[in-house]
Amino acid sequence: MWAAFTLVFIVLYLVPGDPALLIAGGDGGLQATPEVLAQIRHEYGFDQPLFFQYLHALGGVVTGNLGESYQMKQPVTTLLAAEVGSTSALAFFALGLAIVIGVLLGGAAVYTRSRPLSRLLDALPPIGASLPAFWVGLVLMQFLSFAIPIFPSAGDDGFASFVLPGATMAILGSASIAQVFARALRTSYAEPYVEVARAKGAGRFRVFLVHAARNALLPSITVAGILVANLFAASTITEMIFSRNGLGLALDKAVQSKDIPMVEGAVLVIAGVYVLSNLVVDLVYPIVDPRLRTRRGRIKVLRTEQEAVAVS
Amino acid sequence: MSSVGLAPARDEQEVATVRPGRMVLGWVGAALRRPTLVLAALVIVTIVAWAVMPGFFTGFDPIHADVSSLLQAPSAAHLFGTDELGRDVFTRMVYGTGRSLVAPLIAVAIGVVGGSVIGLIAGYLGRMADALVMRIVDVILAVPMLVLAMTIVTALGFGSVQLAVGVGIGMIASVARVMRSEVMRVRHSVFIDAERSLGARTWYILLRHVLPSAAGPVMVLAVLDFVQAILAIAALSFLGFGAPPPSPEWGSIVSAGQPYLSTAWWISSLPGLTIAIFAVCVNRVARALQDRRAR
Repeated sequence: MWAAFTLVFIVLYLVPGDPALLIAGGDGGLQATPEVLAQIRHEYGFDQPLFFQYLHALGGVVTGNLGESYQMKQPVTTLLAAEVGSTSALAFFALGLAIVIGVLLGGAAVYTRSRPLSRLLDALPPIGASLPAFWVGLVLMQFLSFAIPIFPSAGDDGFASFVLPGATMAILGSASIAQVFARALRTSYAEPYVEVARAKGAGRFRVFLVHAARNALLPSITVAGILVANLFAASTITEMIFSRNGLGLALDKAVQSKDIPMVEGAVLVIAGVYVLSNLVVDLVYPIVDPRLRTRRGRIKVLRTEQEAVAVS
Repeated sequence: MSSVGLAPARDEQEVATVRPGRMVLGWVGAALRRPTLVLAALVIVTIVAWAVMPGFFTGFDPIHADVSSLLQAPSAAHLFGTDELGRDVFTRMVYGTGRSLVAPLIAVAIGVVGGSVIGLIAGYLGRMADALVMRIVDVILAVPMLVLAMTIVTALGFGSVQLAVGVGIGMIASVARVMRSEVMRVRHSVFIDAERSLGARTWYILLRHVLPSAAGPVMVLAVLDFVQAILAIAALSFLGFGAPPPSPEWGSIVSAGQPYLSTAWWISSLPGLTIAIFAVCVNRVARALQDRRAR
């Protein structure tokens, strides 16, 4: 996270144009006298060398102070804290939906005996993954809130307003989960232990659920972990379309107005989500897979698992 | 993209022993067996043709407003209808194709070239350089591509090329990873040792031997990344970070129609559908390439 912050800081330091002008008065800043500009520069520390600015900013991050938004003139931490809740709720709703759809779709593609059906179900996820999120959102809005008014098209009150933006993000997320789950299922079906289970007389459904699916879950969990941060990123699009307040919309506005501390803060939060969700995934592994509870097993399993994800 | 020409065509060498007549027959047979792949290729060719000669496909002007035909529903004259200024939406789409395809191409070029160089150096030198470079790559991977591109656009300003640079930098990391693992795979091959014992220089070995054998997987990734670049750039342009308003661009055409969604559905939906179909088709072809390599 520290490194991510450094990266973002360096990129944003390259911003052409004088931030003092932006703060002083919108775009032109023509009315601002040189004295006022100098004072603003001093206040925000723009007159100091890059390295000191960086140290100052880093110190701020460690102590939970991300600076002040140029536009809102309020601490970034306060502004972001107000937005994170709504976006997290939306992202986790979408994640849940994506996992359910993805696992059902991927599972059905492998479980079914009908070849045409299996091929159809295999073809769906790649298509889902190449749909533009903004278009999916607009189409859902058009059908489910304008043509047939079931869900509200905008706003963020209550569960009903969750459904459309959540579904938009879930359609794209479920595609990657379904692909990885189906591939992992096929891999475990090729393993000898599945054959042994079958030879011992286990039913088709039992073999699927207890033996094959359990091992296939591991790569799917990895993908789900990566998905969390991507869902937060996708909120920039869905929150814009469905006019919901949240981290994504805040980031959109900050980029529009070149509000650098806000952009820094929002990116830092999303990078933090990525690091945190990977940590959670690491903690969940041993619960799902008992082999991971011993050291030797861990090395072996993680190696095969990494290969599975790398291929996807 | 110099690596394209250097790719060793193992498959082609095998095919070359077959007589040309049978080769054509084989191609037709293979095409008939995979109708969706042929369809996808046709769609891609059509849309690339839009980009090359937009005037051939439509007689309207993409920018000029026509007050006599505001918000008309799709018809034979206006395939995708007209927008709130009376402009033909299909025409805007066709004229926006060039800009909307060149930007992802630039992005992929930046990603492939940057990622290849980084991956090549990291994989071949190993040790310190490898550890350092891969940590940086990990950091870039921790920020989703869309968000990273938005950060870079904040720094560079808005516009198609700026978007392309932002998305391209976001792609460097994944390309570098693939390139590195491929380089590590061939680095200890006997022919590399032989080459070195003959006194070949490092850069010569890298360009002549390591790069060609690693190029295949990277090219497949590049085509898959192209789909992602189209989607990401369209999304960013949808958010308003692309070319300024009057010039047509796929993403901004869709977002321009959003306020009219309940009354004039065609302004957003049909261009959006076009982007979706195009992305699905490129993805289909990319997967076909991937399968070919896997076999």
